[in-house]
Amino acid sequence: MTHTSTQFSQGADAQGQFGSFGGRFVAESLMPLVLDLEVAFNTALAEPDFLTELDRFQAEFVGRPSPLYFAERMTELYGGAKIFFKREELNHTGAHKINNCIGQILLAKRMGKTRIIAETGAGMHGVAAATVAARFGLPCVVYMGATDIERQRDNVSRMRLMGAEIVPVVSGTGTLKDAMNEALRDWVTNVDNTFYMIGTVAGPHPYPTMVREFQAVIGRETRLQMLAREGRLPDSLIACIGGGSNAMGLFHPFLDDPTVQMVGVEAAGEGLTSGKHAASLKGGVPGVLHGNRTYLLQDGDGQITDAHSVSAGLDYPGIGPEHAWLHEQGRVEYSAVTDQEALAAFHVCCRQEGIIPALETAHALAEVARRAALLPKDHLMVVCLSGRGDKDMPTVLRLMEEQA
Amino acid sequence: MSSRLDSRFTELKQANRAALVTYICAGDPGYDASLSLLKQLPAAGADIIELGMPFSDPMADGPTIQAAALRALNAGQTQLKTLQMVRDFRAQDSVTPLVLMGYYNPIHRYGAKGFMRDASEAGVDGLLIVDLPAEHDSELGPLAREYGLDMIRMATPTTDATRLPVVLERASGFLYYVSLNGVTGVGQADNAVVARALGRIREHSDLPICVGFGVRTPAQAAAFASAADGVIVGSALVDCIGRADSAKQGVADVLTLVSELAEAIRSAR
Repeated sequence: MTHTSTQFSQGADAQGQFGSFGGRFVAESLMPLVLDLEVAFNTALAEPDFLTELDRFQAEFVGRPSPLYFAERMTELYGGAKIFFKREELNHTGAHKINNCIGQILLAKRMGKTRIIAETGAGMHGVAAATVAARFGLPCVVYMGATDIERQRDNVSRMRLMGAEIVPVVSGTGTLKDAMNEALRDWVTNVDNTFYMIGTVAGPHPYPTMVREFQAVIGRETRLQMLAREGRLPDSLIACIGGGSNAMGLFHPFLDDPTVQMVGVEAAGEGLTSGKHAASLKGGVPGVLHGNRTYLLQDGDGQITDAHSVSAGLDYPGIGPEHAWLHEQGRVEYSAVTDQEALAAFHVCCRQEGIIPALETAHALAEVARRAALLPKDHLMVVCLSGRGDKDMPTVLRLMEEQA
Repeated sequence: MSSRLDSRFTELKQANRAALVTYICAGDPGYDASLSLLKQLPAAGADIIELGMPFSDPMADGPTIQAAALRALNAGQTQLKTLQMVRDFRAQDSVTPLVLMGYYNPIHRYGAKGFMRDASEAGVDGLLIVDLPAEHDSELGPLAREYGLDMIRMATPTTDATRLPVVLERASGFLYYVSLNGVTGVGQADNAVVARALGRIREHSDLPICVGFGVRTPAQAAAFASAADGVIVGSALVDCIGRADSAKQGVADVLTLVSELAEAIRSAR
């Protein structure tokens, strides 16, 4: 590798690109908006008042820092690496998504925006967006695929309780990518007052950078917690990837530490050769969608194809552009886990640790199951427990019945 | 750069009227009907043709054009077939300018150089790629200039005075002025507001300016035609195909509306 060890955290260039990935591939109507947002974001990050307010909300509203928990029984079960959970599922609203939403709502407020829009897949980002919008007294419209509304009814109810308007999206396949199309159409129509709160490290620059920055609190805390507990950095980090925000948040503060190995886990659905999966890096090719160049699931004519995963939150045909770059650089390893493997890991986590993980998170836990036994007992492994599984009860119970 | 676009705007300037720019989606509702429609557009009164390249995720389009793209894709339309349609059209019409309009990914997948070469060879005059803003000109701009294709740029109500020079730099063919913030086919712009915007742009550019988004009726087209160098109609035409009972009826309805629009534009000044 020709790069020195300090370059991986460098971030996007002036064009918003990580190598050839990222950028601002949006219609002219949106260009002034994303350029404004970039200026507002950079200005806010340089102001101590903004950071102080952000820290206060992270502590008092979200409940940070989240614990770094030693998963003792899972460690014993696999008999190898020492496994730690970064407990993002203990955050307010039950996932890492709120870290980003708190940051973006404070930015929206500074920019004088009076209306929040968001897209959501599993509903966790939608819930987090509705939550912060309620807290700051702003109206919130959440675009959600009709298919996802069916399989995530509880989250739909939670959003409505907090006053959000849910707009069912029936165009395309009625999933996350279509919800994002519809949110972009709203934004281009309501350019003056609306703040688009993207939930993952995708979209036009500065979103991939901004969302990663707000999520990097995960990795910064993990670093301090591991140093305090074990006196050294972790040996490996594992996180699931749909768009990739929890993974980017955990990984980024460690990118320039060459001894820290990182693994991002995509959803292989029914298997990479089945054609029914959501693994953009393993099964896609570079293209341009939703404002950025990245790996995409697409056919030979450049039409975007449907993603498939048991977990609605990973059901996206793309991946954040910074991940695409880290993949090509070889800094982060990317793997893929099937629905079946994720479900098996889901049950292990419930039984061994008394924690019900989200199905998305279960993909990361399945990667832990593959690796932990093969590693020495002094190997320190951190897995991001990105969300809790309450929302997945209907799906899991249905699958258990089908398999009984 | 394209001689067909330049000649057409020169002719129309001498005739003191605006161009009627018609958008249809290639392959909607099927290849044969779409080709038949394309071939009949000039005789019905279209001065410039925008041919849409269907895409699965048209983020800047309203429900009408989304539906058209889906119909075309479901009927098996591909980038290769769209270029073939242009060749078939050029076999009978060597003067009407034709611009391909769409999103970047299908070109990215085809391969930028190969696509620009094949489009030029097929008889395309320019490209309007909605999600390729001026800042990303290096993606296709140099290839377009190499193969003699115009890169049509969009200006919108959000394009302010500081941004306008960025948009106009390396724009060629004509400028597409988006009359309102929003997606295609929804809403209606105020004619006086648009006329003021055109005046502002003309201080910076000699390019012909065509106005689009939300132009549905002959009366609206005529109103814009008094100030603009061209009026673009898309969703209203595509809607004829979506509403018709048969492909044949859809084609006939589009041609009728094109004739009415052409007549209105010819009597606007």
